[in-house]
Amino acid sequence: MSITSTSNQSNIMTDNGLFPSNEVMLDLKNLKKVYPTPKGDYIVLEDLNLQIKKEEFVTIIGHSGCGKTTMLSMIAGLNPISGGHISVLGKQIKGPGPDRGVIFQAPSLMPWMTALQNVLLGVNQVFPHATKAQRNDIAKYYLQKVGLEDAFNKRASDLSQGMQQRVGIARAFAIKPKVLLLDEPFGMLDSLTRGELQDILIEIWNKEKITAVMITHDVDEAIFLADRVVMMTSGPKAKIGDILDIDFERPRTRKTVLEHNDYYKYRKHLIDFLEH
Amino acid sequence: MRQSVTLSKVTKFMGLGMFGTLKDLFTGKLGKEDFKSFLRKTIVPIASILLFIGLWHMGAKALYEKEANFKIQKALTDQGQSAADAMKACIASGDISCKPNTLPSPAQVWDSYKSLLKDHNIIAADKAAFKEKTAALNEKRIEDGLEAITYTGRPSFVDQIFRSLKTVFAGFLLALIIAVPLGIFIGLSPTLKSSFNWFIQIFKPVSPVVWYLLVFMIVKTLLIDSNEDSSFTISFISVGLCSMWATLVNTAMGVSSVDKDYINVAKVLKLGSFQKIFKVVLPSSLPLIFTGLKITLSVAWMVLIAIELLAQSPGLGLFVWEEFQNGANDSNAKIIVAMFVIGIIGFLLDRLMLTIQNWVSFDKTEAI
Repeated sequence: MSITSTSNQSNIMTDNGLFPSNEVMLDLKNLKKVYPTPKGDYIVLEDLNLQIKKEEFVTIIGHSGCGKTTMLSMIAGLNPISGGHISVLGKQIKGPGPDRGVIFQAPSLMPWMTALQNVLLGVNQVFPHATKAQRNDIAKYYLQKVGLEDAFNKRASDLSQGMQQRVGIARAFAIKPKVLLLDEPFGMLDSLTRGELQDILIEIWNKEKITAVMITHDVDEAIFLADRVVMMTSGPKAKIGDILDIDFERPRTRKTVLEHNDYYKYRKHLIDFLEH
Repeated sequence: MRQSVTLSKVTKFMGLGMFGTLKDLFTGKLGKEDFKSFLRKTIVPIASILLFIGLWHMGAKALYEKEANFKIQKALTDQGQSAADAMKACIASGDISCKPNTLPSPAQVWDSYKSLLKDHNIIAADKAAFKEKTAALNEKRIEDGLEAITYTGRPSFVDQIFRSLKTVFAGFLLALIIAVPLGIFIGLSPTLKSSFNWFIQIFKPVSPVVWYLLVFMIVKTLLIDSNEDSSFTISFISVGLCSMWATLVNTAMGVSSVDKDYINVAKVLKLGSFQKIFKVVLPSSLPLIFTGLKITLSVAWMVLIAIELLAQSPGLGLFVWEEFQNGANDSNAKIIVAMFVIGIIGFLLDRLMLTIQNWVSFDKTEAI
């Protein structure tokens, strides 16, 4: 299976197949994850190498249980690394931190707080020197961006699942992370809401251009959002199987993407990989 | 109209929905489709109360007759026919000297309730008169640096109720102050958890009587050079120690079982430990902490009676014990009055906690 060739200038690699280091935001080298079990070690990931460039949106697709979420939570620093290393802008990560914002699969809002308080929880932490009014403005700005201008003071527990995930998106963008990690953020939503949230996500992303890594099960979602789709092999000892460059212009709309000549070619490529 | 809506909301919020429905009936707001639920929620409870009183009445009557027959039979075998006839006449006349001593009937209990209220009114009037009489004198005594004269008469039944409530709230506060912070520490640290576990497991099932004796040993010595009556101190500390375990266990469990997603959010945002505890861990374990506090309050109220009785601390417990020892004409009926008062107050305390819980907690699923 060949990697689709592209004419995009910034995708030129150096001789050893790597991107120039000043373009790399996130670098995974020989990453390994081992879970000890009574029957011996279970190797989830092994020799996993992946580079993600600045301002790039990468989606990761693979079968359930292949280790996608493990990889993402290792990047977030929530899961210890068994071997290899992960670096952000050339600096090796040490535990979790607000430079890597996470949007979890479940909205994970504090249900006893209002939408605004949930976003402020992060904003206060990341901008401790800003005035209270400034921090409020930041939080409100992002809540407006996700279409929740009428729900600032609603308790998270009173919001629908889709609205909660919107707050999750606002919370993640509001702390202005270097890398945004999304763990199947729309997996629990119905398809209509999912489409809405994809549009909202890509709209904010177009503005902020925060390097994003997103896990998804949905082939169409993967193509619509990504600059590159990374396909992972099935575990154990999962690694990167293939990478597909998505060459659509940005900003994209769902309509132009669906009508594009290459769309079904990309789609077939991904489905062939998954069914293999 | 608006007021009535709020009232029904309040009663519903407090878990006393029955009263709201009852009110709807009288204000004519009850729709046909609500009638079934009205039957279930209002008529059935009232019918069951009536049935209970009826069964009680019949049972009390049967017991009374058995006791009376036994007395007459005994007089007959011991002293002959004339003594038996005298006994029969004596019982029929309702004289105190030969009254069968058994479970009082509902009517007798109701009479005792009224006489206790009357007694309270007399004592209250007496107290007010005393206060008025000594007001000038006390003012002068305080000016002279002497202690004011206080009323030292017998407390009324209502006074005893308030005294008991005071003891229970003091004990409850003590339990809250000890158990919630300790529970948080235990819940946060697995090391503390394993070091405290044996302690909790051993002391949790200890009976209120033993707690009382333990507290008595310690407090008696601590207050040995004080002239003050230590019975209140001893009883509230015993109540607190006895009832705090549910809160301790629930707080520790709530704190240690916070949703992993929330903890991950706190980690990603790098919240400090103070912020993590007060913004994430505590609010999330609040429902469980409150369940614990609810159990603690009801246990406190339950053991209070036994502890007051042992500590000779004035209150409902002592009232019950004194009435039992006293053996007067209506003692049994007064004990039953106290029983109902204890039960109803316990129920109201439980509703009070439920109301506070619903009010502060994010989890709107009604706890029972």
